[in-house]
Amino acid sequence: MLIAGKACLILALALSVYGIAASVYGATRPPGPGAGGWTGGQWVASGRRAVYALAGVLLAAFAILELAFLRSDFSFALVATHSSTTTPLFYRLAAAWSSQEGSLLLWVLLLSLWSSLLLRLTWRRAREIAPWATAVLLGFAAFFSALIVFLETPFGQALPAPAEGVGLNPLLRHPSMMIHPPMLYSGYTLFAVPFAFAVGALITRRLDARWIQLTRPFTLAAWVFLGTGIVLGARWSYSELGWGGYWGWDPVENASLMPWLTGTAFLHSVLIQEKRGMLKVWNVGLVLATGILSILGTFLVRSGILESIHAFGASTLGVPFLVLIVVLVAGSIVLVAARAGDLRSEHRLDSLLSREAAFLLNNLVLVGLCFVIFWGTFFPLISEAVTGTEASVGPPWFDRYTVPLALVLVLLAGVGPVIAWRRATPRNLVRGFRVPVVAAAVVVAVLVAAGGVAERPAALAMFACAAFVLGAVGQELVRGTRARRAMAHESVPVALVSLVRRNRQRYGGYLVHVGVAVLFVGVAASSAFQDVRELRLSPGQRATVGGYEVTYVRPTAALRAASNGRLERIELGAVLRLRRDGRALGAVRTYRSYFPSQDPSLGAISRFFEGEATSEVGLRAGLTRDFWSAIAPDTAELRPRIARGDRVFAAAVDELPPAAWNAALGRALDGLVASYASDPPAATFRVIVSPLVAWIWLGAGIAVAGGLICLWPGGTRGRRVETAARAARVARDVREPAHV
Amino acid sequence: MPDLLLVVVVLALVVVVVTAPLRARAGAEEAEENAVRAELEAARDAKYREIRDAELDHRTGKLSEADWRSIDRALRAEAIEILRRLDDVTGAPR
Repeated sequence: MLIAGKACLILALALSVYGIAASVYGATRPPGPGAGGWTGGQWVASGRRAVYALAGVLLAAFAILELAFLRSDFSFALVATHSSTTTPLFYRLAAAWSSQEGSLLLWVLLLSLWSSLLLRLTWRRAREIAPWATAVLLGFAAFFSALIVFLETPFGQALPAPAEGVGLNPLLRHPSMMIHPPMLYSGYTLFAVPFAFAVGALITRRLDARWIQLTRPFTLAAWVFLGTGIVLGARWSYSELGWGGYWGWDPVENASLMPWLTGTAFLHSVLIQEKRGMLKVWNVGLVLATGILSILGTFLVRSGILESIHAFGASTLGVPFLVLIVVLVAGSIVLVAARAGDLRSEHRLDSLLSREAAFLLNNLVLVGLCFVIFWGTFFPLISEAVTGTEASVGPPWFDRYTVPLALVLVLLAGVGPVIAWRRATPRNLVRGFRVPVVAAAVVVAVLVAAGGVAERPAALAMFACAAFVLGAVGQELVRGTRARRAMAHESVPVALVSLVRRNRQRYGGYLVHVGVAVLFVGVAASSAFQDVRELRLSPGQRATVGGYEVTYVRPTAALRAASNGRLERIELGAVLRLRRDGRALGAVRTYRSYFPSQDPSLGAISRFFEGEATSEVGLRAGLTRDFWSAIAPDTAELRPRIARGDRVFAAAVDELPPAAWNAALGRALDGLVASYASDPPAATFRVIVSPLVAWIWLGAGIAVAGGLICLWPGGTRGRRVETAARAARVARDVREPAHV
Repeated sequence: MPDLLLVVVVLALVVVVVTAPLRARAGAEEAEENAVRAELEAARDAKYREIRDAELDHRTGKLSEADWRSIDRALRAEAIEILRRLDDVTGAPR
């Protein structure tokens, strides 16, 4: 099946190139039949179908690869290096995108699927822009197809095929990792859609709100997918990486956050263009930047240009990606400059006291955040280029700039819903801000009175801002429901549901604001008030951390076999008993898993301790606080026995038949593990007690729910026009999808 | 051999799918929608949304009665202008 897979990739590249040529040729042809009797429309349709066919052949290629992983077909080099017969089926399915080659294939596959969906839904309504957007999307597809055809093919052959594979990187054996990369890549590839339409709109000079309306569902979907991917990555970091944090300002984390920030700015400012015909240059700039940052995100993960705990790529792709990014940046600048005259605003800002002004400020903060993160992420490269010495900035540097910006951002999330479009009078503002301000003041007063919070002014300010947002959104819901009840005489629940259903974008957006506020409360509380301790305990010993009494009850040690019976890993851990305020809270287990190395130069026993190792966190999570623990077993006392075992088994390899040798090795490992359990050395524990971590995941869930409400398709009642006098038509059309 | 067969089948399918519009009678594609009309319809929908948003802002206390009436009047005038232009394009009865 290797040949079939390779052929599909070559076909994908050919289809991409053909589709670009057909779309551009068809779009630039004068009306009427040309050579061969074909019209421009026919060529454009053929280019569009190239996108559908591209999705088909890439699906076939991906299916071939997945089948090879499922069957543990080690004649595929990728399967041999990223899976094994001991890798659980669940993770074998995800192993394809743990590799450089497989993830590039997934990227272009998702791009082709989203592009197909986009063209299927919109081509009739955007006949002028669509061919150019098709060409841009196929341009991306051609680039990624070329990478997997010429540089990083997923269909390389392992010669000779090994009997056993290396296995999946143990760090990636986490449920989040099944969906985290597809989510991120869906976000990146979906952001290519508004990028492509913006380029099409610029080329054809169709710079009204049409392209924005057509691509809004895709932009929103990109925002939801990328946001979900980022949070899943944070969750994986928290529960799998063994350092206890969910965000470390790592280059790869930052790379995914940057397009999300500019995408968020775009989703806000685009409303101003749609309503007022303003900010056209800004919006086009934002969407082009978001598309380019999405490519940059893929580049950072895949190129290995910056050191990262998440970068699973080598550096072979650096140059092609860099060339693509330069072309995209230069092309975008030239295109925007050439269309400057068509991008003039149709209106001016009526008042600084308006929702437009609040959105503008929100945009500046979001773009400012993106710039800070960009600067901090690329500082090692910048410093090396300028001074010749690579220097990097750490979390304190990022915190210094991002914390104040985040505070303003959350505050604006409360201001936006309360302030009116166009202009607000001071009287209306006082009326609108009364409840949110009181909510913030009450929260500050209660927290200060409770004590311990005032010493952390940034956290206190964040709690106040979040209360302001909750107050603002709550007030909006109450007032909207009241207005709806007055009009339709519905019960409160029915009126609330009707209100949201009829104004999905507005109230979905408000829910996103609530989610963001809740998330930032979690971030502020868990950062400012966490208690981190490194403990060295022997069984029976206890310590107190963050109000928890922690007792090291007993060690645990086990050999774990895969479903096929082969030894997969050794686990050394501990059972910890927890008490708080004199109350027993039960026990948590934490252990470290040691996966055997495939390095043949290592000894038979020591290879189990020289391979990859992962931490399984002992977590007791709650709505108010998390108890997090990770063990670092002390294997020093085992080392002499391991070395002796290596020598014994090296000598026995020629004396014992393989089956007997393996059985003896199993018994030796059993004995080693039993000796750790019966005579355990002191172990080091990293223990963290953090308040409100759960609020981060809860806030993210609320924000995603809000995004989905915005995405939910609405009716088409607003489009029913054609008869009667125009003024009456306006009145009726506006009234029909009853507003409140 | 199965590989080769699969490749041939996929290639044949791709050729059939991609060349279908070129094999069809010229002009068989649906009549092209007037781009100006599409643009005006987008503007009309956006204007309607703006009118409804202003009304909701008024009902939820963010706009005073006087401000809302003035904004609403201006927006409706703009909507009427868009409808006039739309009727010119579509040739609809006035």
